[in-house]
Amino acid sequence: MPHVTEKYDVCVVGAGHAGCEAALACARLGFSTIVFTVSVDSIALMPCNPNIGGTSKGHLVREIDALGGQMGINIDKTFIQSKMLNVSKGPAVHSLRAQADKSEYSRRMRMTLENTEGLVVRQAEVTELIVEDGAVKGVKTFSGAVYYSKAVVLCTGTYLKSRCLYGDVVHNTGPNGLQSANFLSESLKEHGIELYRFKTGTPARVDRRSIDFNKMQEQKGDERVVPFSFTTNPEDVQIDQASCWLTYTNGATHEIIRENLDRSPLYSGMIEGTGPRYCPSIEDKVVKFADKERHQVFIEPEGLYTNEMYVGGMSSSLPEDVQYRMYRSVAGLEHVKIVRNAYAIEYDCINPRQLSPSLEFKNIKGLFSGGQFNGSSGYEEAAAQGLVAGINAAMYLSGKEPLILDRSTSYIGVLIDDLVTKENHEPYRMMTSRAEYRLLLRQDNADLRLSKIGYRIGLINQERYNWVVEKEQLIQKEVDRVQHVKIGANAAVQNLLEQYHTAPLKTGTTLAELIRRPELSYEALAEIDLDREPLPHDVAEQVNINIKYDGYIKRQVKQVKEFKKLEKKKLPENFDYGQVKSLRIEARQKLNLYQPINVGQASRISGVSPADISVLLIYLEQMYRRV
Amino acid sequence: METDTIAAIATAMTNSGIGIVRISGEQSFQIIDKIYRSKKSKKKLSEAKSHTIHYGYICDGEKVIDEVVVLIFKAPNSYTMEDTVEIDCHGGTLVMRRILETVIKYGARPAQPGEFTKRAFLNGRIDLSQAESVADLINAKNDFALESSVHQLQGSIKEKVKEARKIILHEIAFIESALDDPEHISLDGYGGQLMDAVDSLSLELENLIRSSENGELLKEGIHTVITGKPNAGKSSLMNVLIGKERAIVTEVAGTTRDILEGQVNLDGITLNLIDTAGIHEAQDAVEKIGIEKARNSLDRADLVVFVVDASTEFDRDDKEVLSLLGNKNVIFLLNKCDLVQVTTEGKIRSIINEKGMACPVIAVSAKEGTGIDELSRQIKEMFFEGEVSFNDQVFITNVRQKSALLSAIDSLSMVKDSISDGMPEDFYSIDLIEACNALGKITGETVGEDLVNEIFSKFCLGK
Repeated sequence: MPHVTEKYDVCVVGAGHAGCEAALACARLGFSTIVFTVSVDSIALMPCNPNIGGTSKGHLVREIDALGGQMGINIDKTFIQSKMLNVSKGPAVHSLRAQADKSEYSRRMRMTLENTEGLVVRQAEVTELIVEDGAVKGVKTFSGAVYYSKAVVLCTGTYLKSRCLYGDVVHNTGPNGLQSANFLSESLKEHGIELYRFKTGTPARVDRRSIDFNKMQEQKGDERVVPFSFTTNPEDVQIDQASCWLTYTNGATHEIIRENLDRSPLYSGMIEGTGPRYCPSIEDKVVKFADKERHQVFIEPEGLYTNEMYVGGMSSSLPEDVQYRMYRSVAGLEHVKIVRNAYAIEYDCINPRQLSPSLEFKNIKGLFSGGQFNGSSGYEEAAAQGLVAGINAAMYLSGKEPLILDRSTSYIGVLIDDLVTKENHEPYRMMTSRAEYRLLLRQDNADLRLSKIGYRIGLINQERYNWVVEKEQLIQKEVDRVQHVKIGANAAVQNLLEQYHTAPLKTGTTLAELIRRPELSYEALAEIDLDREPLPHDVAEQVNINIKYDGYIKRQVKQVKEFKKLEKKKLPENFDYGQVKSLRIEARQKLNLYQPINVGQASRISGVSPADISVLLIYLEQMYRRV
Repeated sequence: METDTIAAIATAMTNSGIGIVRISGEQSFQIIDKIYRSKKSKKKLSEAKSHTIHYGYICDGEKVIDEVVVLIFKAPNSYTMEDTVEIDCHGGTLVMRRILETVIKYGARPAQPGEFTKRAFLNGRIDLSQAESVADLINAKNDFALESSVHQLQGSIKEKVKEARKIILHEIAFIESALDDPEHISLDGYGGQLMDAVDSLSLELENLIRSSENGELLKEGIHTVITGKPNAGKSSLMNVLIGKERAIVTEVAGTTRDILEGQVNLDGITLNLIDTAGIHEAQDAVEKIGIEKARNSLDRADLVVFVVDASTEFDRDDKEVLSLLGNKNVIFLLNKCDLVQVTTEGKIRSIINEKGMACPVIAVSAKEGTGIDELSRQIKEMFFEGEVSFNDQVFITNVRQKSALLSAIDSLSMVKDSISDGMPEDFYSIDLIEACNALGKITGETVGEDLVNEIFSKFCLGK
């Protein structure tokens, strides 16, 4: 008999960005939850870049917030610089990115976890999964203690059998020298879970005092900061911001790297894991893009109470001595002192094909997973999955339908659908080009898209829900009004148009038509819109976007309508597609492997043709009529 | 996918009798209203009662295409249980094609193989017992369509379409990389540059449509395969029919090592002639490949001309050819009648009877040019009696590919609009992706992973 046994509703394994969201969601939905971490001091650790958000990742954070997650609130309280990226482009690709004070971020999140009712934080390494009759029953830790639960959420990040490497140096640890988890992988394999080995990397951290900033360009934050969370008062985030710095690699840097490539574990074959193409090491960049004369290097503060700076753009696994020479060849870093070496890390993760879109394992009931364990990369991708996995563990415990967000609702939906439907050979990173309906999935309307769902789940309160409903009505009313406001070609109007360098009117028009001109906007036309009533800024913004891009938005709405038709056609669980002889053999095999939940998902599996989809539709209709 | 409006030619692609173009889906009546003109009244067919027949013209704007009879079926009282319009026109292939293209121009989409039947089933028209066969049909027909588009798309056209698609994909990848990594990649001044690229792409695609005669991207016509043992005179026959020296003619058996093609027009019937390598027990590897190709093209033939050398015995090689004919439409051609007749017409007829076949036998001399008129007459007769017909999938593939090219051109012109309207760059990629997808329908490729790969391989992203 084990000396300690405890009982919870949910065990969450790992307290990184995925684990924190999962644990908070379960506890907030009323389930007793225990979250395990190898180090309580490292809750919500940011072991790589010191920022939250960025292109498409910013969208994820907004969506997490709209569903009732924690990441947005936490970064709003701990950021030290913030920027809205892509402001010169269309609203669909505006993305928020904030520099975090890493230790503050971690401390705040820990505080939130520790003060959430029904949530227990426990430092222990989980070594075994307990499964009986195809359902999860709990976990066992290194000490032999057993924690029984009806649901388990695995968020092990990069800690499973992790190794950190640079040159010929190998540390058998997780990131930042933290203890790796060396036993759980075997237990997962015993339960039939298929594992992959992925790798990623991080650049060095250097001492601020050893940097010559005069040789770099200063990168400041936005003058007016936009918060991540819809609950944050915009006035609270107008703080004094820290600066980042821009410098470049040069021919000498590239020469040093090329001369020493054979000493990199990536090139010598010591690393077996698959690395991400979008986040290449500086070695990769120099080799793959040999004609580029220089690469950008961003020097970013790790926090306000430390001199450590992150050398963005120069992740590496070259030996220590080469790292020194390489970094010191960069303008401004001539005398740089390294605080922490750059390294590559490899770790076990799963083939996410084993998951259903609810992030539950198809063949183990009650077992959910999220984050880098699922083959993704990035804090935001992790948090998004952690939130969904946590919510669905709770839905499972209460016997409710799981939350499945489709591709037309959110980046979270695109992320999860891609993970569970497509072949994934490298850590998956979100990109705006992956979202086919991105004009509808903007960061500015995440609340309108998702907060009602968050309310239904129980993570969004009545007040927020009411505001979303009211906001919707205000937007609709104003959009309707603007389309009917007639504008005559009078002197006041022509003056205003001239002021904005746009052609004068030849004849009367509507306000909506004027808003559509690239030089103009809803706000710009306030003075000639005499009946306008004051509206909150976020409502006015929605009105402007809805009018301005009306044609494109309508086209995407139509595409979504078509898309939804196949998403609504459910496929049976654990179905043997071998019976459907009219399907081509490859399609039968793929469908058996993936077991898609609906015809839409089936259509996105590579190797399933449109003709196979027609056959499936006919088969479904046949089954339906037989019943 | 399920309620958009589809159109297809419902009758066989022969040059006789009546042709039927069928339209099904929500927009059927809207489309017919735009292209139908009544002889007497100005009535709209969308207001006509179900199951009524209307006499008039199909027009594209001012241009009259054909005199027709239009049948109106309102949902759910039609084969597909959707609003359906049937246009009965003159049976010429050109007319049917023009009508179908007009219907597509005004909003329909070319139907996928088996799609009318699929809709009929999904909407509850067809009995459950037939479901399996409907499903089988869909994949079989699609495989065939795919095969015909891949095999028969003329090499240079396919290359040009691929090239255009590649350029578009590259532009999308550039925009997307800049959107994903704005601090590394700038789009300053990109609009003007893209405008030039799009202009030349549109021109290229328009030329492609124009240069392929009547938008005919695939070779249409009766797929006529000339076969026989080596040195039977297949190439000589081909040359006589085409009227020019195309195949290499020698007296050494096995000269035609590959497949030679040519097109002839017999009083309005297009023959797609395929001269094949002689079928025999080959020794050399190159020849073996030629023979394998010959067998494959026999499988796809609408009509087979089996050339038998009258001056030699009907030997093992001849019998080998005979065994490959299956139940194809075959004309036996007794060639070299100007020489000593070792194999006679009577001998051939008895072989045919033995096999239980019913095929015409014609004595010719390809060298002297005798008997060729008789061959032409025979082919025409078989065509007009409906024994041989066009491969309609080829025709349909043509319509589909032309409509894909046109929709790519449309999307490109929308990109130009976005640029000149001063839209932000991320809007360009919306229509560029549509253009890329349209061309992908021809080459069989989809955007998606392609794009992600292009982004990573061509542009250096990274934090």
